[in-house]
Amino acid sequence: MKAAGAILAVAVALALQTTLARFLVRGSVAVDLVLVAVVYVALSSGPVTGMLTGTFAGLIQDALSSGVIGIGGLAKTIVGFLAGVIGTQFIVAQPLPRFVVFFSATLLHAVIFMGLYILLDMRQFDTPYAAALGQAVGNAVVGVVAFQLVELLPGAVERRRARSSRLRR
Amino acid sequence: MAILDIRQRSGYLFLAVILGHIILISAQVNSRSGVPMLEQVTFGIFSEVQRGMSTSFTSVRNVWSGYIGLRHVKQENDDLKRQLAESQVALQAQRALADRARGLEKLLELRDRVTLQTTAAEIIGSSPSQEFRTVTINKGTSDGLRQDMAIISPAGIVGRVVVPSARSAKVQLLIDRNAAAGAIVERSRAQGVVVGIGEDRLRLENVPETADLVAGDLVVSSGIEGIYPKGFVIGTIEGVEKSGPAYKRITVKPAVDFSALEEVLVVTTPTPAHEAGQGASE
Repeated sequence: MKAAGAILAVAVALALQTTLARFLVRGSVAVDLVLVAVVYVALSSGPVTGMLTGTFAGLIQDALSSGVIGIGGLAKTIVGFLAGVIGTQFIVAQPLPRFVVFFSATLLHAVIFMGLYILLDMRQFDTPYAAALGQAVGNAVVGVVAFQLVELLPGAVERRRARSSRLRR
Repeated sequence: MAILDIRQRSGYLFLAVILGHIILISAQVNSRSGVPMLEQVTFGIFSEVQRGMSTSFTSVRNVWSGYIGLRHVKQENDDLKRQLAESQVALQAQRALADRARGLEKLLELRDRVTLQTTAAEIIGSSPSQEFRTVTINKGTSDGLRQDMAIISPAGIVGRVVVPSARSAKVQLLIDRNAAAGAIVERSRAQGVVVGIGEDRLRLENVPETADLVAGDLVVSSGIEGIYPKGFVIGTIEGVEKSGPAYKRITVKPAVDFSALEEVLVVTTPTPAHEAGQGASE
């Protein structure tokens, strides 16, 4: 069940990522929805699921891009695993801790991703700090909002059902 | 830290997935030498395995060959000991040969002394007085002649230079009254002094009573006076007269016919007398 939900989350994130990219200027996206999905799955399901989700999402993302297959997968695997560990070891139920986790996970992902490319001397990144910070903030915001939405969505249905039943009485 | 404790199943799985990613990346990325990184890393790891196996194999082989070699070493050691003993014997023989060579070298030195440097000279004059048995030769100091140089002939001792001039020299013959030379009787090795008597004969003096002398014995120079080279013929004993056990008169017939002497050889090789004379002059 977890696997199916993870795969679904990644698929939706990939679809949104590729769809939104067409409407953004210069083709760059300040938010990595796939990474947000991975961290979300890791925080909600644990390190193993987060790690496997990160591996799957990263490899798919690498395969769809023109980069080296495995670098994005490796970065998202590490991030997913560590986010899962943090999610199991700490209480990450409030927006601020979640923001911090998403923010940190994005920075870690950027460091690993760009670091590997630089290490392999395959790509140069000119002053990536601002872009990385911007993406970290964006991912954190999206992630916190996504958490709130998902958590509020089941309660809203129940509350609507309860409100409807009270009105009928 | 419990957070990063990878000793759980998830930790091993995480390491496995990371390793899988690294392998996947390495398969796509070339190293700076152009070789795929996966191949390079694999080769590097395998080469270390090869190195380890080679080291192990070499060690085992060395131990094995050393063990096998020890058996040969025993035989080799015995052979070397035997060779050493033979070499020591050969060394002794060589040392003995060296001693003999040194002895021969001394003899050779002696022969070298005998093989003297000489300068031929022609007799251009004789003494105006019969009391002095001297001759004049056509070589002088300009030819390297000095006082007390010996004069010889193919027959034997002639005399010595007494007065050298620039282009000529006066030679005192051995038969002169004032001439003398150390002598040895070749057969008995008896030593004495040959002196001139102003005639065509010589006299052997200072011979011990125990000396064994007979007529016909060859008398040679002993070189003891430092002028004449050793071993050159002086003459032969012509007559021996005894007075009791002591020798009264020993007459020596010179080997050189002084009356028919036309050419002589001047010994230019330095002799002790020459060196002493030079030292005194300096």
